[in-house]
Amino acid sequence: MSDALSLHLGKPWKKPPFIKRAWLRWLIAVGAIVYLVLGIASVEVNWHRVYEGLDRGAAFIASFLTPDFLTRATDIREGITESIVMTVASSVVGILISIPIGLGAARNIAPLPVYMICRGIIALSRSLQEIIVAILLVAIFGFGPLAGFLTLSFATIGFLSKLLAENIESMDRSQAEAIRATGSSWPQWINYGVQPQVMPRLIGLSIYRVDINFRESAILGLVGAGGIGATLNTAFDRYEFDTAAAILIIIIAIVMALEYVSGIIRARVQ
Amino acid sequence: MPVSRLADGRKAWQRRERKQQLARWAMWLVGTAIFVWCWQRISGATTWFFVLDAPHIAGDILERAMPPRWSYISKLWWPIWDTLNIATLGTLMALVLAVPVAFMAARNTTPSRYFIRPLALLIIVSTRSINSLIWALLLIAIIGPGVFAGIVAIAIRSIGFCAKLLYEAIEEIDHSQVEAVTATGASRWQVMAYGIVPQILPAFAGISVFRWDINIRESTVLGLVGAGGIGLQLSSSLNVLAWPQVSLILLIILLAVVLSEWVSAKVRGAII
Repeated sequence: MSDALSLHLGKPWKKPPFIKRAWLRWLIAVGAIVYLVLGIASVEVNWHRVYEGLDRGAAFIASFLTPDFLTRATDIREGITESIVMTVASSVVGILISIPIGLGAARNIAPLPVYMICRGIIALSRSLQEIIVAILLVAIFGFGPLAGFLTLSFATIGFLSKLLAENIESMDRSQAEAIRATGSSWPQWINYGVQPQVMPRLIGLSIYRVDINFRESAILGLVGAGGIGATLNTAFDRYEFDTAAAILIIIIAIVMALEYVSGIIRARVQ
Repeated sequence: MPVSRLADGRKAWQRRERKQQLARWAMWLVGTAIFVWCWQRISGATTWFFVLDAPHIAGDILERAMPPRWSYISKLWWPIWDTLNIATLGTLMALVLAVPVAFMAARNTTPSRYFIRPLALLIIVSTRSINSLIWALLLIAIIGPGVFAGIVAIAIRSIGFCAKLLYEAIEEIDHSQVEAVTATGASRWQVMAYGIVPQILPAFAGISVFRWDINIRESTVLGLVGAGGIGLQLSSSLNVLAWPQVSLILLIILLAVVLSEWVSAKVRGAII
């Protein structure tokens, strides 16, 4: 009988721990507890205010059963249309720009200097949140949907180019090489060797991004970059919960519809 | 085979049938028309004078913002700590709430497929499709401004995300292990603890760190609507046009985002 087995004989079985190194396990556990105590202690909660607010919370949840689409119908319609307009325009422009950048950020296609520049653009776009970009663009271009449109286009570039570049980098080389062997020029090579391989995924990602853009367009209005957010903010500020509930229901419905459509389209192209 | 006749009677191959070709052409036409209409609406709502002036304004802002006011950092330590708390405590709260939702939503563990599962899916969709800033707006109206509203907003927003990824992980588990535990005569909860949980634990850890990373980003801007954290300082600096402070705050946010992404990548790399 081996020593390893005899070591365990006669003892009850114990679940193996998730983190194997004991000191790391203890360090993480103690650190977590210390942090939790400090963190929770430093959060000031005005329980009296929370308790008072519970009525309003209940009123808000109840207002989901009686949403008011009519009182502010014009504002809601304008806001939703503007959100959709921003979503469509920024998705189109963002996708068009992100294709060349995605090509440039794929190491197996682009030369090193182009690769570095394109990766830099992607990193910049990904590390700035939409709302911060929107604040800066509103300061520069003034209030209105143009700032929102530019923000969403910029965010689309970071998202789509990165995933497109990763997809190109993991493509099947032999197909691309076969096209190259026929003596194709560079654009022909991209069009017939690379494009067919990444197209299904690009379409899927683009539709997913449309979905994200719509969701983001709903908040850009908070900083004056157009869309439904401004109306929503006003509704909350005036405690008009039934109008706010109506807007939220519309947003959720549109997001669900988009997810449904994107599911169908992705199933078809893949 | 799509073939068309040329004027001199020869046949020529083409890629699509005429009907298909027309349909595609019409689709592109409609698509372009929609885009042009959208662009016109945006253009109509824009004051183009400001846009033409934009490079000048951008240069002006940049000039005012540089160099950042480094001394302002002494006032930022506390908001940074708040931001970290919002993200971390919010993620923890979300995980506590997301686990039961995920078990209710997964096809193989749901107690009732026709009643509870759709309900769980509804919770997932509705919390996911509304941005944390909107949740924060709502919570501020309900429980008042402050860090606590931010934590709850982040928590609600994250439930859908975590529960969705988690229930997909639960649906993908290896069933033979569950059966083996069941065969020993384990109760429902014992099957859960010894058959299912060990299988989804790595996915669970990965999801929580991933969401924590996203939450750090989101909690930096929650203050814009009054839900505490560094965004509060950002919004007050913006309101008084203190651009050197704004640039310092933006730098810190950028640093926080990069750091949290690095941490999350490291931890996920160690788990998976």
